[in-house]
Amino acid sequence: MASPQEGTIIETANMTSPVQTEQPASAVETPLLVAEGLTKSFSGVPALRDGRLVLRRGTVHALCGGNGAGKSTFLNILMGLLRRDAGVVRLETENVEFRNPAEALHHGIAMITQELSPIEDMTVAENLYLGREPRIGGVFVNFALMAKNAAALLRELGFEVSARAKMSALSLAQVQLVEIAKAFSYNAEIVIMDEPTSAIGEHEVHVLFEAIRRIKTRGAGIIYVSHKLTEIFEIADEYTVFRDGCFIETGRIDSINRKHLVTQIVGHEVTMVEKGEPVSAASALLEVSNLSRDGEFKEISLRVAAGEVLGIYGLLGSGRTEFLETIYGIRSPTNGEVVVDGAHVPPGNPKRSIRLGMAMVSEDRKESGLVLSASIAHNITLSSLARRAVGGFIDQKAEGETVKKMMQSQRIKARSPRMAVENLSGGNQQKVVFARCLTTNPRLLLCDEPTRGIDEGSKQEIYNFVRKFAAEGNAVLVVSSEAPEILQVSDRIAIFKKGRLAEIVDGRTTTQKALMDLAS
Amino acid sequence: MEYQITRDGTLSITRTISPLVKSFSIVIVFLAISIFFTFANQYFLTWSNWLNLLRQSSINGILAVGMTFVILTKGIDLSVGSVMSISGMIAASLVTTTNEHFVLIAIVAGLGTGAALGLINGLIVARINVPPFVATLGMLSMARGMTLIFSQGRPTANLSAPFRWIGGGDILSLPAPVVILFVVFGLGWVVLSYTTFGRYIYAVGGNEKAARTSGVSTRIITGSTYVISGLLAGLAGLVLTSRTTAALPQAGIGYELDAIAAVVIGGTSLAGGRGSLVGSLFGALIIGTINNGMDLMDVSSYYQQLLKGAIIVAAVIADQLRK
Repeated sequence: MASPQEGTIIETANMTSPVQTEQPASAVETPLLVAEGLTKSFSGVPALRDGRLVLRRGTVHALCGGNGAGKSTFLNILMGLLRRDAGVVRLETENVEFRNPAEALHHGIAMITQELSPIEDMTVAENLYLGREPRIGGVFVNFALMAKNAAALLRELGFEVSARAKMSALSLAQVQLVEIAKAFSYNAEIVIMDEPTSAIGEHEVHVLFEAIRRIKTRGAGIIYVSHKLTEIFEIADEYTVFRDGCFIETGRIDSINRKHLVTQIVGHEVTMVEKGEPVSAASALLEVSNLSRDGEFKEISLRVAAGEVLGIYGLLGSGRTEFLETIYGIRSPTNGEVVVDGAHVPPGNPKRSIRLGMAMVSEDRKESGLVLSASIAHNITLSSLARRAVGGFIDQKAEGETVKKMMQSQRIKARSPRMAVENLSGGNQQKVVFARCLTTNPRLLLCDEPTRGIDEGSKQEIYNFVRKFAAEGNAVLVVSSEAPEILQVSDRIAIFKKGRLAEIVDGRTTTQKALMDLAS
Repeated sequence: MEYQITRDGTLSITRTISPLVKSFSIVIVFLAISIFFTFANQYFLTWSNWLNLLRQSSINGILAVGMTFVILTKGIDLSVGSVMSISGMIAASLVTTTNEHFVLIAIVAGLGTGAALGLINGLIVARINVPPFVATLGMLSMARGMTLIFSQGRPTANLSAPFRWIGGGDILSLPAPVVILFVVFGLGWVVLSYTTFGRYIYAVGGNEKAARTSGVSTRIITGSTYVISGLLAGLAGLVLTSRTTAALPQAGIGYELDAIAAVVIGGTSLAGGRGSLVGSLFGALIIGTINNGMDLMDVSSYYQQLLKGAIIVAAVIADQLRK
């Protein structure tokens, strides 16, 4: 991170990279990659109108923007997954236009995507050299040599991953390290990371960042895409903002603050939510007593009052998601009891939980939150369909009204409610999940990582919504691995540690540092 | 890697319009094949041939309706051919000239057998979580075994006239099996399009976990589709037995494959959650048309098998390419 410049936007002297293998003189001046004026339209609809980016050696460059800003299109053009309509991409001095990712990789560009697909039953070494295994006599795989090469590569990069470990035994951050190592084994100099931390916990983020810093000092350039601004300020050296398919601004990250970046991304100033008055000892809407589930969490008791937002914070594997799902009745507890609004919640029956006034925004929209192939309308009404049905027949008129009302109140942006949910941006998808939950008029909302992978503007809308919902006399449980989020939205914060409730702290007075210390 | 990035990216615009194009394109394929046979053979486009073609397609069509329900939930029912056979055999045994009951009793027995075996499939799949492929593969063999045991390996012939009417009679100058198919199709279409049950089937097939989280009783929904498939297999068994005027122990062998083919040609995804009954109906008609047209052209049945398979794969490839 050591950089002598102050506030200069254009120039970065790159004296800190000790391992410059080729063209040391010119590499200092010529950026690794320059993209100018990239445009791309899909059936006449422009997705990218002016994509620009200058990536320098030995830097992490954050590419920021809301959903629909054109980041994915831009990156897909760089990787050769999409053909551009116009514009120039230069790698050092060479103009390039790739036809596929393999060609991009050949030129030293590798992309590590949100959804990794390692072959779970193979070892790290086998995954690293998949399709180009060293062979004996051209037929038999030389496993010994492969493991040796892999171990050497990982050691050289300083990644703490065993080459002989099965991929299925690795954490998600480690899987990403393997992907990075793979990119390096192809001599990649430019690594594109798209939301690398969207599925990993805080501790693992540090493992990943450690790795990023290492490859940076080797002279690589990293394009880093993330909706988590805290991370951007921690890891990035430079930033570029896109909005509505256009380049907006670029510069050094240490010359701006968080508020400036949010404003650039969203396009206008964002007002942060204010919390209401501390709740008095109002009636408890949710009472959990001695809830346990073998191997996941143990003897957890807590109460949530009407009008309150309770945050649950903890590292990955602290049992927070499992706890939330058990309250909701997706999982059955081994012990303990859940009472909502005075009624006992039977285990293993989400349908009943919904009737008792609960609703759940699950951790993974794609996996358990939405029916992606179905339309917006059908997703919104999925929970409430039976209530309005007459003899099993759907009341089409009532359904249409519910959908219209929900799309307006949740501000779901789509051409038509008949559009398939899979074609929506992450933020809009999450709003559909909230809309579905609200159709049953819940009093207790359970949110598991409600803002994962969605842009800053939509995040603020969701925080606002959660606060407003609680203020109307309802209760909300929010599980999140993002400390700033938990602090912004919760009245009280329950800290989970290794399946136990470690402490409950006040959401108004606790600091981010204190929260992280308590959780680890 | 390549696939994943594009899936997440911007290429998905085409998918919004694809359901429309899809149900439309199957009709085009059907028309194209029909036009080809019209020019290839002068008898193809005659009223009597079309009645014949529809009659031939009706059994597969009925099975395809049930199969669509199952496949929409991401399942598969391999047992329909055998279930047809046992249902037909039991029904036939009640309406022979030596043991004649009222025809309604035979119909109820046939349908009941199908539904009961479907229920067993449904319970094994939805309750015990056995993969549908395995559960129904087992039933395929078991139901065939039941047929052989029940019939002692002999056909049951000499069926009463009212029973033979199911497969051979006419309603408003349309063959009874065709009318039965249209009624089944109509009911199925209403259920899938206008009832909560239908909506839940799409939801369960699209994402079972999300459906469960949303309060859908996913097991009941999944299990019911096998009951529907079994019931319709029973109905198809009645039609087949009546049409052949005898229940044969080897009846219905391989019928499950034509039914699955009809559903797949019709654009319903084996991955669940996407598809339509209209597609399956045209899928069944396409298979029927190919059979009928090639019969008229005197193509040897050996070649028919080969060509039919090739056309099925080609239809699906064409569909993939368009996407």
